[in-house]
Amino acid sequence: MRAAELSTAALLAVFSCYLMWHSVALPIGWVEEAGPGGGAFPFWLSLGMLVFSAVIFYRGWRGATPQGGSSEPFIDPDSRGILLVTVLSVTALIGLTHVIGAYASIFLFMLFYVGGVGRHRWYTTIAVAVSVPVILFFFFEIGMKIFLPKGITEPLFYPLYRIFL
Amino acid sequence: MDILANLAGGFVTAFEPLNLALMVLGCFLGLMIGAIPGLGSVNGVAILLPITFVVPPTAAIIFLAAIYYGAMYGGAISSIMLGIPGASTAVATTFDGRPLALKGFADRALVAAAVASFVGGTVSIILFTLFAPPLADFALRFGPSEEFALMMVAFATFVGLGGDDIPKTLLMILLGLVLSTVGLDEISGRPRLIFFDISGFYKGISFIVLAIGIYGIGEMLWTVEQAKGKVEIAQHTVNFARVLNGIRLLKPTLRTMGLSSLLGYFVGMLPAAGATPGSLMAYGLTKSMSKNPQLYGKGELAGVVAPEAANNAASTGALLPMMTLGIPGSPTTAIILGGMIIWGLTPGPMLFIEQSEFVWGLTASLYAANLVTVIMNLALIPVFIWVLRMPFTILAPLIYVLCLVGGYAPDNVMHDVWLILIFGVAGYALRKLDYPMAPLVLAIVLGPLAERSFRQTLIAEQGDWTVWATRPISAVCMLIALALFLYPLILGFRRRRAAAAAGMEMQG
Repeated sequence: MRAAELSTAALLAVFSCYLMWHSVALPIGWVEEAGPGGGAFPFWLSLGMLVFSAVIFYRGWRGATPQGGSSEPFIDPDSRGILLVTVLSVTALIGLTHVIGAYASIFLFMLFYVGGVGRHRWYTTIAVAVSVPVILFFFFEIGMKIFLPKGITEPLFYPLYRIFL
Repeated sequence: MDILANLAGGFVTAFEPLNLALMVLGCFLGLMIGAIPGLGSVNGVAILLPITFVVPPTAAIIFLAAIYYGAMYGGAISSIMLGIPGASTAVATTFDGRPLALKGFADRALVAAAVASFVGGTVSIILFTLFAPPLADFALRFGPSEEFALMMVAFATFVGLGGDDIPKTLLMILLGLVLSTVGLDEISGRPRLIFFDISGFYKGISFIVLAIGIYGIGEMLWTVEQAKGKVEIAQHTVNFARVLNGIRLLKPTLRTMGLSSLLGYFVGMLPAAGATPGSLMAYGLTKSMSKNPQLYGKGELAGVVAPEAANNAASTGALLPMMTLGIPGSPTTAIILGGMIIWGLTPGPMLFIEQSEFVWGLTASLYAANLVTVIMNLALIPVFIWVLRMPFTILAPLIYVLCLVGGYAPDNVMHDVWLILIFGVAGYALRKLDYPMAPLVLAIVLGPLAERSFRQTLIAEQGDWTVWATRPISAVCMLIALALFLYPLILGFRRRRAAAAAGMEMQG
């Protein structure tokens, strides 16, 4: 926990420097006739962020915050695995959406999470994995006319459009 | 009698078929979301906000307000049946609700929670109806400098009253404000903070993306980590006779209900406080005023009534500053405020003049939603218990999918979906280190308004900073804000001196 506290404060400090570096692209001081420049608000506030991340780092270093003085692991070792699987599978879900589209990716994701992680019976898994994309399709595409990305699976939807739209 | 006439008009709006249907649906969804452990009103509103963009604003806000309301009722269900708070606002409900359920009186606790929520809700809506128009009238005098000063008060309450680590709170406020400046600068029209030249940043970072990331993905990661062991569902039997009996048992707690409602309402108006501290304070107050404080925590009915009345009252309390001043009183109302801006409405006093149908439609629908929810809550208890039995490994992926699809829907860009994932993971990590999330969300919603009022003021005054000290309303707000910012410093200083003095005595 201590390591996480200190490295997060350090990361936030680096991030605020990065924000300041971006802000100076626009004037950060007073512009005649136009008031404070466009970069002023983000620049001075990022400077404040830098100050406070330094304070947080210092307090964490001295053990003044509960996390700074804690030797417990940042993430419970028992749940580390499931968290990692969750984050990676959601990342894969988003990544695959670019290639094979939202509906096919959601089907695979549900198959993996319900069947693989949850170890539910195969018929439960199939029922959930099929019904979720189908319900989403009717709700978004037919009901609200919002078209989710389909990637290379686009042609498969042509007949459905012909029926419902 | 203006108020009554307006309210009557509001009921006509609220009972239009679309509005009524959305209200009932919202109450139902809210109850379900509230009943799911870990998810509360803020998560429900954040995840479901994108789907409101296809209906008119009045219908949209009625839907969101119904979810907000339903979730406040629903939180009690999992607190009582599972012993896990359905949302942070229902933490205090577990203290006595769970022991009651374990003794076999789950039905009494559930009925007490529902009735108390109804009373808390009704009292607070009456207060809302009475206070909102005069407050909005007063706020009409506000210019940019007053608006900015008022926002300073909102942020200062997090520092003075939030109870979180102060440097971390301030850092989150600043981070939210800076993230809100990404995209095109409104005044000069030039792009700024375009990270890595990714074109998706030109349209700015939407607060919805941040809210879904933190309250959707982040919250689920948090719950995945916490929910390791199996949870045990308390036994229950609910039928009409037992419900009536449960209501009868509540007679001695009427005073508690009234007091807790008032307390919750006023605490709810403060941005940093809201329903969670409101319900805890109401619990504490009721316990300390009781003749038998030793019974609390072992299954005292008043211990369920107090927090439930207070958290519902607080949720309406938070709507008051949001509607009249444009300053949200809670993270949930911050998200609703952001939604209103997208629907093309300007929250604040002008709303009462230009969009009075919207305001009164909402007010009337709150009365109706309260009634619908209490009936639905009592009638559908078995359904919600069934939801609680849904395995987490089915529920969790469903919520991930909903978050991602919901985040894609408003703008139709994958850029937002990636941001949701990043905010979700970052929000989870920051939350583990006790960085508060509410000020971050409030700051990203208020950021564009704060920057605009700040710059407008300085342009109008030609760079004269003293305007915040010379205009009376601004000066009062700034003084309050300053006091709130300094309050913890003074408190810490006094505590250190007291500790030092105590140390001296020990040595002497």
